[in-house]
Amino acid sequence: MTQNLFDGTAEQMNELLSCIEKHKGEKGALIPVLHEAQGIYGYLPVEVQTVIAEGLNIPLSEVYGVATFYSQFTLLPKGKHQISVCLGTACYVKGSDKVLEAIERELHISCGECTPDRMFSIDSCRCVGACGLAPVMIIDGEVYGRLTPADIKGILDKHLHD
Amino acid sequence: MINLKINGIAVSVPEGSTILDAAKLAGIRIPTLCYLKDVQCVGSCRMCLVEATGARGLVAACVYPVSEGMEVRTNTPKVRKSRKTTVELILSTHKKKCLSCVRSMNCELQKLALEYNAEEDRFGTDHDLKPIDDLSASVVRDNSKCVMCTRCVAACDKQTIGAIGPKNRGYAKVIGSPYDVPLAVTSCVNCGQCVVACPVGALYEKSSVADVWGAIVDPTKHVVFYTAPSVRATLGEAFGLPVGTNVEGKMVTAIKQLGDIKCFDMDNTADLTIMEEATELLTRIQKGGKLPMFTSCCPGWIKFAEHYYPELLPNLSTCKSPQEMFSALLKTYYCEKNGIKPEDLYVVSVIPCTAKKFEVTRDELGHYTDAALTTRELAKMIKEAGIDFANIPDSEYDLPFGEASGAGAIFGATGGVMEAALRTAAYKLGGSGAPIEFKEVRGTKGVKEAEYKVGKATVKVAVASGLDNARKVIEAVKSGEKDYTFIEIMACPGGCINGGGQPYVHDEIRNNVDLKALRAQALYNYDKERKVRCSHDTPAVEILYKEFFGEPNSHKSHELLHTSYVKRPKY
Repeated sequence: MTQNLFDGTAEQMNELLSCIEKHKGEKGALIPVLHEAQGIYGYLPVEVQTVIAEGLNIPLSEVYGVATFYSQFTLLPKGKHQISVCLGTACYVKGSDKVLEAIERELHISCGECTPDRMFSIDSCRCVGACGLAPVMIIDGEVYGRLTPADIKGILDKHLHD
Repeated sequence: MINLKINGIAVSVPEGSTILDAAKLAGIRIPTLCYLKDVQCVGSCRMCLVEATGARGLVAACVYPVSEGMEVRTNTPKVRKSRKTTVELILSTHKKKCLSCVRSMNCELQKLALEYNAEEDRFGTDHDLKPIDDLSASVVRDNSKCVMCTRCVAACDKQTIGAIGPKNRGYAKVIGSPYDVPLAVTSCVNCGQCVVACPVGALYEKSSVADVWGAIVDPTKHVVFYTAPSVRATLGEAFGLPVGTNVEGKMVTAIKQLGDIKCFDMDNTADLTIMEEATELLTRIQKGGKLPMFTSCCPGWIKFAEHYYPELLPNLSTCKSPQEMFSALLKTYYCEKNGIKPEDLYVVSVIPCTAKKFEVTRDELGHYTDAALTTRELAKMIKEAGIDFANIPDSEYDLPFGEASGAGAIFGATGGVMEAALRTAAYKLGGSGAPIEFKEVRGTKGVKEAEYKVGKATVKVAVASGLDNARKVIEAVKSGEKDYTFIEIMACPGGCINGGGQPYVHDEIRNNVDLKALRAQALYNYDKERKVRCSHDTPAVEILYKEFFGEPNSHKSHELLHTSYVKRPKY
């Protein structure tokens, strides 16, 4: 697993603290706070979770438990370019697992992670409604279809230099 | 009152009662798993499902409220089939190493599986084993046996620690601390309330049994055991005796039958603690030291203070716990007196507590204790030795640390340390004829307060058991709302008699009797029968001060009987 060092700014921290202040005392404050915190930082590193636990006066285990339960929350940062590989039935049958492996190999990270330079992150998704183009991936909103593992390097290079 | 019928039996219960409450009144048993009185009531395990009129499908009796005219059926084919399937689904992801499990024959899941004729492999057993976390000095967690009842999480939350919680989702869901860090590096205080809450073998103490057996057969070792005050009141439960049976005599016999062992009574160093602590308190009062002073016998409370209230560490009594005082004494005074080299003496404490196992590893305490066995581990050794516990005769503790005072014995229950200290303080300031019983600080209430005239002084005291209650008292002190002089805190609800190292008690018993009160009563009854009831009258204590320490809080006692604390991070 790759390590991403926490590099939050003072402004981000102020924003987080005022968000906690706003929701403190409300019933069910944790989820809206996590949601806003992810909006501020892009992800929920342990440093942010600890500030939330302290601010809402709840155990870190509760913050972590909720953050890992909902798929909308991510504990790892997202890259400048977000890659999403479809592992839905049609794409899978057409070999999207091989495509995903090729991306992982190319970027030296696993699905769900982000490169140390924060340029790329990989996620998987289930069916984007383009089964006719299977296997499919999306980078920065752009859809690529009928992929083979050999296509990957070129596409990633294109986005890197965009 | 709400009137309803359960299996045709009419019953009247207050509004807001659950079906489970009503069934209890009607004398009808409903099986439970995730429900645990005073700890958790969430209705998630689906074991207590029943049929009730007016409800869609089966309902969870532990959370479903009764209504007027309701008819409940707890024992229909539909109900039985549902419970059987529930057990079988739990078993499908359970590591079924039942024969070698710490809970074998005492497992709540095993019992339910037997009752509902569950098949262990109906849904297959194809799952990955999860890593065992055994890095803590006190508690071992084996998530492959976890049934996700979350009773441990509720117990930890109730202690206001929250070191563990459910994490991830679906098949990846496990109970543990955030980011898979071992329990040992969290703010876990090692109280073991999670262990006694667990219905299966997913949580148990870090065992010292093998080490102790090793020392017993080692011809170069002199092995001494000493037993904590509350163990006499609980050990019998592990052998099927009723809750609250005092088995001191049999316990001593059984320990001596394990091998060539001297067996002492820890009540002696409870008495010694009182001599030291009462003197420290009076000195603080007279010389303007930090007040309120907090007791320091409970290692769970100590670690809690170190993590959560480091600013209060100067308020903690510097006295070591009775365990660490005893071990220090044995490796010095006892060795000198008997011409034994300290390294040849193997000191075993028998304690109701998992946190004491961590305490043994603390550098500042000098590593005088070689092994700390929980009540459960002692029971295991007695069984392993083939001793017929119920039918062995009584024996007495060995001298010079034999019979101690009743004050030392009640250390095992919430309020006991306070009462013992008050007995001695009252005597010191008021002379003979001072009161012996301080009933206001007895009982299982979470927070108890009292005000006593001791000699000419007025002493305001508070007693809290359970760390939620400890927090309440501390916050009241910090805000200036209360100005106590002396505060006793025990981490486990009800004190050591309800400690994390005590025998496993099935939910069915825990949900229906007041375990804490029954066990504590055994100690108070014992105290009442003692010839000596005050710590300052205990013969061994007198000898120790005469031959060894000089007087309480002397230079030598500070060296051996007192300690210091460290600030620890919260996260």
